[in-house]
Amino acid sequence: MKSLADLEAIRQRTLDKVNLRREHEGTRIVVGMATCGIAAGARPVLLAFMDEVNKRGLLDVTVAQTGCIGMCRLEPIVEISVPGKEKVTYVKVNPDMVPRIVAEHVVNGNPVAEYTIGAQDK
Amino acid sequence: MPELALHILDLVQNSVSAGATRVTVTIVYNTQQDTLTIAIEDDGKGMTPELLERVESPFTTTRTTRKVGLGIPLFKQLAQMCEGSLTIDSAVGKGTKTQACFRASHMDLPPLGDVRGTIETLVIANPERPDFCFIYRVDGEEFVFDTAVVREALGGLPLNEPEIVEWIGQYVAEGIGEVERSRAER
Repeated sequence: MKSLADLEAIRQRTLDKVNLRREHEGTRIVVGMATCGIAAGARPVLLAFMDEVNKRGLLDVTVAQTGCIGMCRLEPIVEISVPGKEKVTYVKVNPDMVPRIVAEHVVNGNPVAEYTIGAQDK
Repeated sequence: MPELALHILDLVQNSVSAGATRVTVTIVYNTQQDTLTIAIEDDGKGMTPELLERVESPFTTTRTTRKVGLGIPLFKQLAQMCEGSLTIDSAVGKGTKTQACFRASHMDLPPLGDVRGTIETLVIANPERPDFCFIYRVDGEEFVFDTAVVREALGGLPLNEPEIVEWIGQYVAEGIGEVERSRAER
């Protein structure tokens, strides 16, 4: 059973990581979480990104949310900003796509073109 | 939406947008009366009587990207479909309380769904503020989870650290499980 007493140990373990994150301007993974995004399945997508970032121990990556960006029919929408690079927008994202996006784009720097909004409109 | 937990996630975002520092979500099952009540209460900026009058309309929204807002209308429609109703109380500068009740056994009522996932998502998306208090009550049994308590124990660390999110998720899942177990034993 988990208890509040666990938190002291967690605090000590994570303090350094938190400070490290604060010092780095890292990659941001932003998931659209307005009504449209939530209804289309944004919650499991956001949790899948968090899980993948955690599994790979990526310290310079932040997972965050945004509201509706006006293209509700393409939700769930995920925007990834790597410092110094142009923002990439992925559309109709599902949790199965997440490991590949993290591996190829976030870790190796090559956006997954077929999942992006550019590929969608073709 | 296929889960009540997704409606909750959506409506809590309204509280966050209203600048709340604390949002309390209460889920109460009353077996004898066959009712389910879900309330979301915040200390955000609140609504004027004029906005409050319009807020249940799908053509009312504060978003700027389009002219419709479906969070409250969808929840209201669901409540009415399930022999229940939705009420909103709000005052400028005080906050807003949105409450819906349902007939718990109604066949159109979706499952509560992944409450753990909703809480984890809220914490990841809002690591610094507001604080979330989550109360899950079935008849006499109750589970309470409060991020303010966790935040204090962690000495103010942001809650979106993966290990912390994982701990919160498990803590919530176990707490709800406990309540469910004692409900089953009755």
